[in-house]
Amino acid sequence: MTASSKVLGGTSYLDLRERLRSRDRGWREKVMSLSDAIGLVNDGDHMAIGGNTFSRTPFAAVWEVVRQKKKNLTVSRNITSSEGDLLLAGGCTEHYITSWFSQGIVWGVSKVMRHFMESGAVKYDEWSHMSIGMMYRAGALGLPFMPTRVMMGSDMARLVADDLKEMDCPYTGEKLTLLPALNPDVALIHVHRADAYGNAQYDGLPFMEADLALAADKVILTCEQIISNDRIRRAPDQTKIPFFAVEAVVELPYGCMPHECSGLYEPYYSHMDYYARLTREKGIEGANEYLQEYVYGPEDWNDFLNRLGFSGIIEATKAGRRLYSD
Amino acid sequence: MTNSVTKTATKSKRSTAELLSVMSSRLLEDGSILFAGVGIPLLAATLAQRMHAPHLTILFEGGVVGPYIESGKLPPSTNEARTSRMANMVPSSTDVMALLQRGYVDYGFMGGAQVDQYGNLNSSFIGDPASPKIRLPGSGGGNDIASLARMIVAMPHEKKRFVGKVDFVTSPGYLDGGTTRRDAGLITGSMHKVITDLCIMDFDEQTKRMRLEALHPGVEVADVLENTGFEPILPDKLDVTAPPTDEELRILNEIDPDGMYLN
Repeated sequence: MTASSKVLGGTSYLDLRERLRSRDRGWREKVMSLSDAIGLVNDGDHMAIGGNTFSRTPFAAVWEVVRQKKKNLTVSRNITSSEGDLLLAGGCTEHYITSWFSQGIVWGVSKVMRHFMESGAVKYDEWSHMSIGMMYRAGALGLPFMPTRVMMGSDMARLVADDLKEMDCPYTGEKLTLLPALNPDVALIHVHRADAYGNAQYDGLPFMEADLALAADKVILTCEQIISNDRIRRAPDQTKIPFFAVEAVVELPYGCMPHECSGLYEPYYSHMDYYARLTREKGIEGANEYLQEYVYGPEDWNDFLNRLGFSGIIEATKAGRRLYSD
Repeated sequence: MTNSVTKTATKSKRSTAELLSVMSSRLLEDGSILFAGVGIPLLAATLAQRMHAPHLTILFEGGVVGPYIESGKLPPSTNEARTSRMANMVPSSTDVMALLQRGYVDYGFMGGAQVDQYGNLNSSFIGDPASPKIRLPGSGGGNDIASLARMIVAMPHEKKRFVGKVDFVTSPGYLDGGTTRRDAGLITGSMHKVITDLCIMDFDEQTKRMRLEALHPGVEVADVLENTGFEPILPDKLDVTAPPTDEELRILNEIDPDGMYLN
């Protein structure tokens, strides 16, 4: 059995139901430390990451996954940025499912991604952006696949042929691609606000979070702020993730740094420039240097933010708040 | 101190980006709906809005309908908060892609590392995919857009980019030409135009091979042939494009004063 067939498609519906049924989905407080929360991620899990590129990335949660030296993870994300480099360099993953992988288009191709993918050390299953979204959606709907009209005819379809079937539509006879459901063991998601029970609200671009949270067996939530359940109930239309999908709530202001959180802070661009330069010049050695200084080195998340530097965080905050300044 | 990405570039790289942006922007009609990538597509779409197409609606794959792009505050990706400022709507990334499938999008607009004579785009591998020379970032929404929309592609005209057959079809053009795209199940979408710093090309209706349509001022057919890794179809009559105007260049440089994409 290949690594991918373990994750994609073929999960029996009864197994999927049992995975949820066996978890305590009752009304209970779930606030805990970052390290306890990430303790819920098991070696070998399919771990999905919320946000998109360098926006609303649960960076602190991924950072802690690397610090805890998780192994053999299958990682999925719609578009992967520098958090993916850290998981690769940290030896946490053997299998990536994503549509795009590099810090961001303006910084060029990630040498860390190239190092692991070109040698075949890590398997990169490349799906289109919409495919990843529809695969989470199928997972969220409790369905084994989603019919779509993409991936056909391209070499992408050939590359993931073991996990991708076509059919003729039983109504129209048109050719359709059947994207297999993704049901991650755990999803890491960062939001603006959550209560202690896990009801979560986020602002700005919603990305794929709503589907991802329900596709996963459990969600580890980091948030800028923990708010009361009363405040959640005063704006229930803003609640995007229901408490029963959530297994842990961690309060972590600036938990996306050096990536951004919409309306609160932009990316810490000079740090991302620095990281891009380091890995462009030194490749994997640069990433290892970065891990020592910024991942393994810091005492805790606040110390990581200290090492990024206060003045840059203030500049990113000013720039981020401009989104709603007029 | 400002919060921005630092970039520098040569003069020629900058003038190529300017030419691609200006020539592409002129194709975008007012009132149309455009699915755009970052880089040249974003610059061209924003320029078109400032020039002749104020009601051109841009869609971004992160999940944005109708963003208002501020001069000097260009988003460094199509998936981050700057794209959502003053937008009409921010659907989920999956739902914004689904608008392509539903048929709301007039044009898709992007670049690629390689394009071939049938308009197939590669943004995944340089060399043999089984043992690549370079693993590129990948499709992102490229495959979705090319599968479902009428495509405009903008790329610098270099022999290594314009190849007979791409190393890997990330985003489908006409596949092997003729009816092969349709036969594969891609019954909508098409390759509309390819914009380069030398010329504009379209595709023959039957064979679906790339065809020279117009040369930019000062460019000869020989320049195009010399920089193309296959023989494009040469029509009997060739148009010549009008050079970028001072106004187009001024506005373009206002939009991207720091050279985030022009450099």
